[in-house]
Amino acid sequence: MNRSDIPVRKQKIRRDTTKLRLIVFGTLAGLLILCSIFSKYLCPYDPYLQDLSIAKAPPGSAHLFGTDRYGRDMLSRVIIGSRTSIFSTLLLVAIITVTGTLIGVLCGWHGKKLDTILMRISDIFLAFPGLVFALAVAGVLGGGLHNAIIALAAISWPKYARIARSQTLAQKETTYLQAAVLSGSSTGKIIIRHLIPNIIGPILVTAMLDIGTMMMELAGLSFLGLGAKPPMAEWGSMMSDSRSMMATLPWITFAPGLAIFISVMVFNLLGDTIRDYADPKARGR
Amino acid sequence: MEPVLKVENLTKVYQRGTPGKGGTAVNAVRGLSFALMPGECLGIIGESGSGKSTVAKMITRLTDVTEGTILLDGEDITRRRGSRMRDVYQKLQMVFQMPVESFDPRQTLGSGIGESLRNRGMGRKAAGEEVKKLLLMCGLTEEFAGKYPHEVSGGQCQRAAIARAIAVRPKVLICDEATSALDVTVQKEIIQLLNDLRRKQGDGLSILFISHDIALVQQFCDRVLVMYHGEVVEQGNPDEVIAHPQDPYTKRLIESIL
Repeated sequence: MNRSDIPVRKQKIRRDTTKLRLIVFGTLAGLLILCSIFSKYLCPYDPYLQDLSIAKAPPGSAHLFGTDRYGRDMLSRVIIGSRTSIFSTLLLVAIITVTGTLIGVLCGWHGKKLDTILMRISDIFLAFPGLVFALAVAGVLGGGLHNAIIALAAISWPKYARIARSQTLAQKETTYLQAAVLSGSSTGKIIIRHLIPNIIGPILVTAMLDIGTMMMELAGLSFLGLGAKPPMAEWGSMMSDSRSMMATLPWITFAPGLAIFISVMVFNLLGDTIRDYADPKARGR
Repeated sequence: MEPVLKVENLTKVYQRGTPGKGGTAVNAVRGLSFALMPGECLGIIGESGSGKSTVAKMITRLTDVTEGTILLDGEDITRRRGSRMRDVYQKLQMVFQMPVESFDPRQTLGSGIGESLRNRGMGRKAAGEEVKKLLLMCGLTEEFAGKYPHEVSGGQCQRAAIARAIAVRPKVLICDEATSALDVTVQKEIIQLLNDLRRKQGDGLSILFISHDIALVQQFCDRVLVMYHGEVVEQGNPDEVIAHPQDPYTKRLIESIL
């Protein structure tokens, strides 16, 4: 074998795993999302139906994850909970990505006073410890899933605004944007058609990596009673409900915990893979 | 004959920080005046930092004018903004120094060339047809419309950039170091292309050719301005300027290449 073949082959094998990982984690994430969309049809039992005669049943053939203290089927509750957990997380990430990016682009493009004011505001938000601030916001606004999303959105957008702003500043003076000006495109058109497609990469990667974090924080707020309200099935609040019985009925905590663990891991791994895929320099390593 | 582009007392001061509070000001262009006649090719030469590119940026209004007036086709465009400036770009176009960087990396060359046509209300399909014609006119093939800037060579990309600039049939074409990033043989081809376009358009196309290459300017331009530290130190017929330089800076500039 020729010596020069060796590094080439090695590189090829590594690059293939990125693609493979992308397919695997992408499919898994897609399955989770599909599961949350069609959760209604996937539940073997009614997740809200209480039947005290079968309360606290351990995992078995009838109830795969057992039942909780009201006799509700845990598997069905975990499945229906995916709608709340996954959907609100995706909604939250979408909100912060869009608002953060818009504010960042506006600051970077416009500059001057607007930039100073908005960036100082984002500094204020960045100076607070995230979850504590979210607790305060959720506390002021009252509980409920909507308020938990608002609270987390309020503390999370500055990160995106920062990235979008620095990317905009880096792109602002590039020749192709000047060429677009000379082509008679309006500022709005230039931002939408030229600037945003060129800066969105790192923002999307951050958003993908944030899905896992946001899912945890949303579940955390619910666990503390500031998110979803009972009887709504949500993984964090389900764990909170059952924590007093952890020693005697461990499966009630186990099922939602496993669901959180799996989805956070899948979305984090997907985010990592997308980052590797988007950055060709990191791919060869 | 009326000049198509007339620049009077053009001045640019770049401010850093607040003046009077430790801020500095750089006077990049000082009171520059010239007139570009229809069909003429006017060269501006000078070393880096002499203010040549700032002149191009001011005329295309990519940067604000500190003082002076710019008259394009008799209209004052010095303070125009927004949609009224966008109309001006129908008469005034520019070819940039870095061909590849002057195209959006995420869009095809065809989309970049057709952008100004679509912005002026031409339908997508008609613009596509026009782009193909423009590419052929600039010595490329129709396939280049579907290529991305990183897929083509510098020279091919500069041809596409010229196609983009002439898409709206401008009266004035500014070439800001348009050949400087290309190697010598390709440089010659681009000059050939610009010459062809001039011949075809006759008095309809005037070129402001900014370069640091005296030999190129001598070949290509009818008249030349020599800029030094933001001021015109000498002007006239390129052959005469090169043969009998009057200004000490021009002498040094010519000595340095010969």
